[in-house]
Amino acid sequence: MTVTETPAVLPLTRRTWFVRLLQALVIVSFVGGWELLGRAGVLDPFFYSRPSLFVLRIAEWFSEGIAERSIWNDMRVTLMETILGFTIGTLLGVGIGYAFARNRLLGQAFDPLFSMFNAIPRLVLAPVFILAFGIDLASKVALGVTLVFFIVFFATFTAVRDVDQTLVDNVRILGARRRDVTFQVLLPAAFSAILASLRTSAGFAFAGAVVAEYIGSNVGLGRRIARAAAAPRASPRRRPRAAPRSRPPRPRSRLRSPRGRP
Amino acid sequence: MAGGEVAAVTLRGVSKTYRPPQKRPYLAITDIDLDIPTGRFVSVVGPSGCGKSTLLSLVSGLLPPTTGEVTLNGTPVREVRTDLGFIFQRDALLPWRTVRENVALPLRFRGRSDRARVEEWITRVGLAPFADNYPHELSGGMRKRAQLAQSLVADPAVLLMDEPFSALDVQTRNLMENELLTLWGASGKTVLFITHDLEEAIALSDEIVVMTAGPGRIKARYTVDLPRPRNVTEIRFSPAFATIYEHAWNDLRDEVERSYQRSLQRS
Repeated sequence: MTVTETPAVLPLTRRTWFVRLLQALVIVSFVGGWELLGRAGVLDPFFYSRPSLFVLRIAEWFSEGIAERSIWNDMRVTLMETILGFTIGTLLGVGIGYAFARNRLLGQAFDPLFSMFNAIPRLVLAPVFILAFGIDLASKVALGVTLVFFIVFFATFTAVRDVDQTLVDNVRILGARRRDVTFQVLLPAAFSAILASLRTSAGFAFAGAVVAEYIGSNVGLGRRIARAAAAPRASPRRRPRAAPRSRPPRPRSRLRSPRGRP
Repeated sequence: MAGGEVAAVTLRGVSKTYRPPQKRPYLAITDIDLDIPTGRFVSVVGPSGCGKSTLLSLVSGLLPPTTGEVTLNGTPVREVRTDLGFIFQRDALLPWRTVRENVALPLRFRGRSDRARVEEWITRVGLAPFADNYPHELSGGMRKRAQLAQSLVADPAVLLMDEPFSALDVQTRNLMENELLTLWGASGKTVLFITHDLEEAIALSDEIVVMTAGPGRIKARYTVDLPRPRNVTEIRFSPAFATIYEHAWNDLRDEVERSYQRSLQRS
C-alpha cells in the first residue's frame, strides 16, 4: 500500500490510533494470557478450556446446519423473543407512561403500585412466567415485556411530566388542540429521554429471553447455555490432551443431576 | 375609531387563591376591578410576588379566577383563549422547530397555511436572514422577536406580555422596547404589559397600574400623556416623565419595602 492513496473516510488522528492500539492491546493480552496460562497448565483445561479450543467448538456449532437443534435456530428464536418483548414493552411503556403523566389522578393512584411492582426482581420470577405462559415463546416474551415496560414507562412518565409548562401554555394560546399538544410538544420534548431508555431496555429484553429459556425451554440460546452448563465440553469433539495429573477430573456424579436416580 | 371607549379586557371583583397540594393555600390577588380600553397600552407594575403574572393567567384563561369574572373581547373567559397573543417571560419557542416553523404554528393549528403572511412577519421583526435557524442558534433578543412574530401572525386584538424583556441586557432591551412600540404603533391592538420596572412601564404605556405587595390589589392608576411616537431611551429625560415617575414611585416604594420585609420574615 502506498501513501498516495486517498482514504475513503477522514484519516484517523494520531490520538484515535493510540486509543485503538490500547483497546487492541487489552483484548490481545487477555485472550493471549488465557491461552498461554492454559497451555502452561496453570489453568485447568477442564474448567477453563482455552480460547483456541472453544473457538473451534463454537465453529463446530455454526457448521452443524440450520436444523431445529442448531445454534442458528437457537439464535433465531431468541432474537424473535427479544424483538417481540422489546416492541410490546416499549409500546406499553410509552402509552401508559404518557397517560399517567397527563392524568394526575391516574398518576397519583398507580405510581406507588408501579414502583412496588418494579421493585420485584422479575428474573427470579421466570419459573412463574413459564408456569403461567407455557414453555414456548410466550413466557419468554412476557418476561422481556415486564423488564422493558418499567424502564420505558418511568422514562416516559418523568420526561412528559417535566416538560416545560411554558411551552404547553404557549401553544395552547396559539390554538393547539389536545392532539397538537401531544404530538407537537410533549412527545417531541420527551423524545430523547425515551430514546435513551430504549437503549437500556433492548439489553433487558435479551436478558429476559435468555433467562426464561435457561429456566425452562426446548430451544434458544438460554437453553443452549443450560445444556452446556449441565454437560461441560468446552472443546471440539476431538479429545484434548489429558488434563494434568496434578488436579484429577471431578467425579461425574457431581456434574450429573441426582434426580434421574430411583 | 376612537380608542378608550370599549373595554377589551375587564376584571370584576376578581381574586385568586392558590391551593398547592400539601401546602397552605395563599391569596395571590384580590379585589381586582380593572378595565383595559381597546387600543390602549397599559402596564401593571408591582413588587415581586404581588400577583402580576396571575393577572395574565386569568385573562388568558390558563387559570380560572377563584371569585369574580373576567371578560376578553366582550365574552367571558371560561377556557384557554386563542383570540389573544401572549409573550411569556421565559422562552416559549419550540426548540426543535425553526423560526419559520415556529412563526407558522398558530396558522397551522387553525388549519391555515399562509406562507406570505409568515414571511411578512419574519421580515417585520427583522429575522429574515434567520428564518431557517433553530431557537438555540439565536440570541435572547432574536428569540423575543421570533416570539413577537409568532404571537402576532394570527392578528390577535389583545396582546398580553409578562415581563417579556426582563432577561435581556439593557441595550437589547431598549431596542426591543422601541421595536415593540413601532409594531404596536398603528395596529390598534390592546396591550397589557406586566413589569417590575417602573421606567419601562412609563416609557411604553398610555396608562400604568400600580399594585400592592401580595395579596395584590390595585393601589393607584396613572395616565401617561407623553407624546407619541416615543423613543424609550430619550423620553426618560423629559420633565413630564420625571413627574410621573416621582408620583408613581412614591406609591410603589412602600409596596416594594413591604414585599422585601415579608420575604425576609419568610426565610
